Parts: sequence; C-alpha cells; structure tokens
Amino acid sequence: MNDPVVAKRPAGSGDTGTERGVAAAHTASEAPIPPTPEASATTKAPHVRPGDRIFRGLATGSGVFIVVLIGAIGLFLILQAIPSLGLDNVNFLTSREWNTTDPTNLRFGILDLTLVTVVVALLALLIAMPIALGIALFLTQYAPRNLARPFAYVVDLLAAVPSIVFGLWGLFVLGPVLFPFSEWLIENLGWIPLLAKGNVNVQLGGTIFTAGIVVAVMILPIITAVSREVFERTPTMHIEGAIALGATKWEVVRTTVLPFGKAGYVSASMLGLGRALGETIAVAIILSTATSAFGWSLFDGGSTFASKIALAAPEFNDPRSAGAYIAAGLVLFVLTFVVNAIARSIVAGHKEYE
Amino acid sequence: MSTNLADPQRLATPPTFQAVSVSRRIKNGIATGLVWGAFLIAVIPLVWVLYTVIQRGFPVILDGDWWQKSMSGLLARQQGGGAYHAIYGTLVQGLVCAVISVPIGIMIAIYLVEYGGRSKLAKATTFMVDILTGVPSIVAALFVYTVWITYFGLGRSALAVSLALVLLMVPVIVRTTEEMLKIVPDELREASYALGIPKWKTIVKIVIPTALSGILTGIMLALARVMGETAPVLVLAAYAPFINYNLFDGPMASLPLMMVNERNNPTQAGFERIWGAAITLVVLITLFNLLATVISRALAPKTK
Repeated sequence: MNDPVVAKRPAGSGDTGTERGVAAAHTASEAPIPPTPEASATTKAPHVRPGDRIFRGLATGSGVFIVVLIGAIGLFLILQAIPSLGLDNVNFLTSREWNTTDPTNLRFGILDLTLVTVVVALLALLIAMPIALGIALFLTQYAPRNLARPFAYVVDLLAAVPSIVFGLWGLFVLGPVLFPFSEWLIENLGWIPLLAKGNVNVQLGGTIFTAGIVVAVMILPIITAVSREVFERTPTMHIEGAIALGATKWEVVRTTVLPFGKAGYVSASMLGLGRALGETIAVAIILSTATSAFGWSLFDGGSTFASKIALAAPEFNDPRSAGAYIAAGLVLFVLTFVVNAIARSIVAGHKEYE
Repeated sequence: MSTNLADPQRLATPPTFQAVSVSRRIKNGIATGLVWGAFLIAVIPLVWVLYTVIQRGFPVILDGDWWQKSMSGLLARQQGGGAYHAIYGTLVQGLVCAVISVPIGIMIAIYLVEYGGRSKLAKATTFMVDILTGVPSIVAALFVYTVWITYFGLGRSALAVSLALVLLMVPVIVRTTEEMLKIVPDELREASYALGIPKWKTIVKIVIPTALSGILTGIMLALARVMGETAPVLVLAAYAPFINYNLFDGPMASLPLMMVNERNNPTQAGFERIWGAAITLVVLITLFNLLATVISRALAPKTK
C-alpha cells in the first residue's frame, strides 16, 4: 500500500547489514550512514552545517504545515459556522428545512442532506464494489501479462475525465437512456419503498438513481487502483502452492488472493465511499431539486451536502447565510475525515501490504 | 476380479492427477466470465462519455474563433465567439496553483523520506496527507472562502481559486514524489556523503535529479487533475464572459465555470458552448497527460 509509516528504502539497494535500520531510525544524524566506527564519529560531531540546518528546517516546516493545515480547515469552518448555528431557528441535526434567504430568520437542518448524501454514496458503492473487485482481479490475475498495463491505463483514464463532464453526460445522455428502465421499475416494483415513485419527474432523469450510477463510475478507478495494488502483493508462494494442489484459476483466487487482499479491498471501498460522499459537481448537475422532502425512494431528487453548497455558492453574500452552508460543509468534512481515517487504519494494521 | 486382472488398461493405482470435475470447471468458467465482464462494463462508460463529448463538441472547436475569441458582447442565443477567456483562466489558475504547490509538496516528501524516519511528526504528516487526499474539493473551497473572503475581507478572484486548488494538488505531489525519492538507491547518497558533501546538497544535487522524471510526471498528472475541478471555481470566482488577465481581482472565466454558466442557456448556442468547453477541457487534460509521458520518457535516468 502507499501508506508507509516509515520511509523505507528498497531492500538490497542500500542495506549494508543489520546496522542499517538503526541508522535510518536515527534521524538526528547528519547523514544516514551505517554507524561504522569512523562514520559514527562524524555523525555525532556537534557541528551541523548551516545549510543543512536551514534545509532540514524547511523540510520539517512543510511537514508541520500540512498537519496545521488540516487543523486550520476544521477550526476555520467551526469558527464560521458557530454564529449561524446560534441563529438557527430549527434544530440543525433533525430538521428537514433549508431556508437561508432571510439572514434574520435562518431555518436550516441537515437531515435531508445527510439522507440523500448517504443514499447516493451507498448506491454508488453498491454498484462499484463488485465491478471494481472484478476489474482488480482481472488486471492482476486474468488479463494477459502484456495487456495488463494498457488495460490498467484505460481504467485510470476514467479518473482523468473531469467530474463536470461526467455530470453533463449523466444528465443529458445517461438520464434519458435510463428513463424506460426507471419507469418499468416504478410500475412493477413500485411497492418497494426504495423503488417507489419519487418527488421529481423521472423523465428528466435527475434522480438519485442516475446520480448513484454516475458516481459509481467515478469511484471505480480509485477502488480498482487500491485493490489492485494489494492483490499484486499476494505472495507468489501462496499462489504456486494452490496451483500445485491442482486448484483451478478461480480456486487459486478464492483461496489465496481474496483472503490476502480482503482488508485492502475493504479499505479501498472506504476510500471510494469517501469520494462518493464528497462528489460535488456531477451530483449538483444531475439531481433535480425537489420541493418535498426525501421519501426513501431512489427516484427522488434532492441535494447532497456538496451539491447544496455548490449550487448556492455564487450567492454567498451575507456571512450569516454563508455560515449555514459552511456548517453543512463542516459536517461533510467530518464525515469524509472519519471514513478516510477508518480506511487508512484498516491498511495500517496489515504489515504485509507494505 | 480375474477379468480385471486381464484388463491391460487397468492401472495398478488410481491416477494421481484426475480430471477436474465438471462443477469445478463450471465455477471456474463463471468466475472467468464475470471478471472479464467487469472489465468490459468499466470500459463502456469511458467510451460512451468520450464519444458523447467528441460527437457534440468536435464541430465547435473546429472553428478558429473558438481558440482566439471570448464570449464578450454576445447574447445568449447568438452563436459564435470562443473560449479563449476560459482557456486562459483554466491554464493560469492551474499554473499559479502549481507554482505554490510544487515546492511545498516536494519539501514534504523530502521530509518524509530523508528526515522524518519513524518520528511522531512523520507519522502525523503521512496521515494528514492521506486525509487531505480525501478532502472533498467543495470543503477545500469553503475553507479558502472562510479564510480569504470572510476573515481577510478579500474579494473573489482567480488567486483564491488557485489557493483552493493547492489543497487538492499538494497531497498528489507528495505521494508521487515520495514514491520516487524512495526508489533512489542509497548507494548514490552514501557515495555523496563519502565525498564530504552536506546532506542538503546531496538531496538537491543527487537525489532530486535522479528522481526528477518521476516527480515531473507526478506534477503534470496532478495539474491535469486540478484543472478539471469545478467546485473551487464555483465558490471562489465569478464568471466573466470577457478576457480578464488580472489574477488578483475581478471575475475570471474557466472552462468548468463556462460549462456551469452555459447550462442555464437553453438555446442551441448554449448547447454548443457547453460541449465545446467540455471537449476543450478534455483535450487540455489529455495534453498534460501526454506531456507527463513524454517527460518521463525523456528524463528517465540513463541506464547503460
């Protein structure tokens, strides 16, 4: 995984013995040279060149900067959100209302936003997870060796397409194509609450259903890339052992690759979920705004945190109204922070992925 | 039994390698089919999106005016005009962002690989870079909005957009640079130290040049990615249909912003502008991706 806790160098390139690890951990030394008697004499010399001190300071400062930056993001969003939260006339967490046009009478709650955001993200995840698993297995185990790289490049190309282009494609091209299918689902399976007739016009395609599919396409590359990296690290011995026992290709995958890569795949999916929760402009373009509240149907419209903020952003004029949106942004930040932190901690617990 | 003994085909012991049973073969076949199918499913939207963009946008960008003129003075329904103003905005916002992000990103990577070791700060930095990778672009934009516009009282400008893009670009640069620095062989560092060269000079003159091709490739890819970001321009810059060269003040167009803006234009001209801008953006991003490949080929360390 690309989540090394230690700045590890490739084994064999610079290893000069068991002392090597000690030297690498000994950060205060001027140069990471193995502590042979002569070398340790120079590294322990009190004199440090001024150039080194400055450069080291700059590098460490940049490291500190990024840590401070994340703190600052949280802090500034909180500072800006608090006054508006104080002026909120409805409960921020449980209200479905969102009306900030009159700064003297702010009424905003995030319940609807949370539900729509989570449903869009989960739908996207549900679609993307099995497909990404298939692609990752395909690229690492099934694809012809010489074609695996170009195929991987094709999947990565999906990540290079700007999200606004996906949004326009989803609304103008995919939406109309999905309409007959959506209509059929509503007519025949409408008794299931999730597939009931929603609060927006299905013909326009601006439903959670469309948005979920488009977001699924957008998070495919990240889930695939991370899972692929983990699957590639399956020990060759395990695979060869399974082959020697007469396992078919699928049995090799099921008994070696999947158990080894499971945690990595779960972590990759969490990263994908983080992306899906924060996806902004594609969802903002696709979802039709609904007049009534979210009714647990995939054919509802509505707004996610990100799309709500994006659509209102050009009209941020009063700091009190803007604060309401910043409060929503803060919730989104916390949500993605937690999801990403969980994803990273899953991988951090597996030393064999490094 | 005696007839069996007479059978010349009969083996003394059952064969060690028996044929794979039908059910196992069927399962294997289904799995292979599903795995290939998954890949093909992923290719469909890619081809479909690119086809849509090319089919609808290509005729628009064939017009020479598209690359040389702005939308200044045109009515919503009037056809013609160009995207020069938006192309300029996208490029300049991306480049300013790169100018700020590249030194910060490279220094963080140097800290992580060369200085950080196992220290608590290095662990915290790695964690925060990971978190920053996952911060939604709209949150980055809101952060810059609160600091830049609410606290410092400065107006919306292209520079504010660039600052928000920095938050999205830095983690990408850190990641790629870190990977590249790690594969620089330790022998090179040690040879340099043996000659009495200070550590910082070793990094600047030996380690970085060796890893340069990979670092530049990473920068180009990061640049291609931030140029397609829409949320920051939506929050932090107002749209201008005319050319604005001033980075520090006034509304400035960019390709994503132009698309968002023209979406409210229901006429044929609006339709053309949306897809024209879309294909222009895709072409720009492809160019930067190609540039990344060219750089990595041209500057790759010479191996005998």
